[in-house]
Amino acid sequence: MAAVSMTVNGKAVTADVEPRTLLVQFIRENLKLTGTHVGCDTSQCGACVVHVDGKAMKSCTLLAVQCNGASIVTIEGLAGADGTLHPMQAAFREHHGLQCGFCTPGMIMSAVDIVNRKGSDLDEHTIREELEGNICRCTGYHNIVRAVETGAKAMAGSAPVRQAAE
Amino acid sequence: MYAFTYHRPDTVRQAAGLLARKDDAKIIAGGHTLLPTMKQRLASPGALVDLGGVPELKGIERKGRGLIIGAMMTHAEVAESAAVQEAIPGLAALAANIGDPHVRHRGTIGGSIANNDPAADYPAACIAMGAIIVTNKRKIPAEDFFQGMFGTALEEGEIVTKVAFGIPSRSAYAKFRNPASRYALVGVYVAKRGGEVRVAVTGAGASGVFRWTAAEEALKKRFAPKSLEGVKADPSGLNSDIHADAEYRAHLINVMARRAVEAALGK
Repeated sequence: MAAVSMTVNGKAVTADVEPRTLLVQFIRENLKLTGTHVGCDTSQCGACVVHVDGKAMKSCTLLAVQCNGASIVTIEGLAGADGTLHPMQAAFREHHGLQCGFCTPGMIMSAVDIVNRKGSDLDEHTIREELEGNICRCTGYHNIVRAVETGAKAMAGSAPVRQAAE
Repeated sequence: MYAFTYHRPDTVRQAAGLLARKDDAKIIAGGHTLLPTMKQRLASPGALVDLGGVPELKGIERKGRGLIIGAMMTHAEVAESAAVQEAIPGLAALAANIGDPHVRHRGTIGGSIANNDPAADYPAACIAMGAIIVTNKRKIPAEDFFQGMFGTALEEGEIVTKVAFGIPSRSAYAKFRNPASRYALVGVYVAKRGGEVRVAVTGAGASGVFRWTAAEEALKKRFAPKSLEGVKADPSGLNSDIHADAEYRAHLINVMARRAVEAALGK
């Protein structure tokens, strides 16, 4: 067993885990944060995307022990404490950027990462290229792209929105 | 995945010590090839030595006519580095097109090179620019380093620490991706430095990355896409599989080489 401690959605967590425990297993099974999904388990589909020290990564292809000391944000960490949706979550709801919803947590975490890296003024081509690592098997990409475009714009003004909500 | 012990050294020296002491130990860099391989039980190391906490393996430095990249630099870091973009824009563009954004946040140049996947992108850049692979023991020219599919000159306990590229006057990479896996079906890196031109091909060869000397000769006379018209790659020794047969790959090599030359010329 190996000791791990990390910050997940702002909370410090520590645990003893087997070194072979994947980050996604740790998040889902130890922390019971089941919003992060396992789709393909082969680092292709992106359903398991979380932010590790501010960067989107596939948590099915990381060991929990590799993230010792890291700061993790999962889909549960996006909404405000009062349940106010993050602008990107709100945009996915508004544009119906999902069908079955299984890929959605990863899509949203990736979308927020795209905005963090590329800014909030995103064209359709950029969004489609940047979503390369997220697969939607319902193939609902049109609405997902629209949601990301809108969510990105909303994120540009998100600080005042969140302040108002608080 | 079978059980293993996990070690996180702070220095290359400690990492080398662990590799020597632990039975059946393997290095983990970004882990984006090793972990999937372990999940499939195609690899079952007894110990993992994680290089993620070794600061001396990070960093990018321009030194005269060379660009030195630390082994643990991720694809995203290489792609976004102002130093790489300025010195070797073709290399920054190559890194920006490996895998997907999440993979690029994790996968490393050192890991890619040490693994020498026959469809990986970096080996072509290393060969075309005559890179030197620096390890904790020695310096190895790229052409001696890559030794066929998944084969390298690395000895037991040897760790890639840096990759040193000579800065070319012009260079670019073009790849034709497998539409499903997104790995290079054929990738061609073209580099010009003074009067010398090198053309390296990945994805296509049955024994991994190789130089396409006929194209080099043609491009030495005139560095233009037109120079490659009628220059055919030899299909013998190329992969034939359900994705593409050797003839098609040979055709793609020429097409990708021309695109790479165009990109290198900024067209």
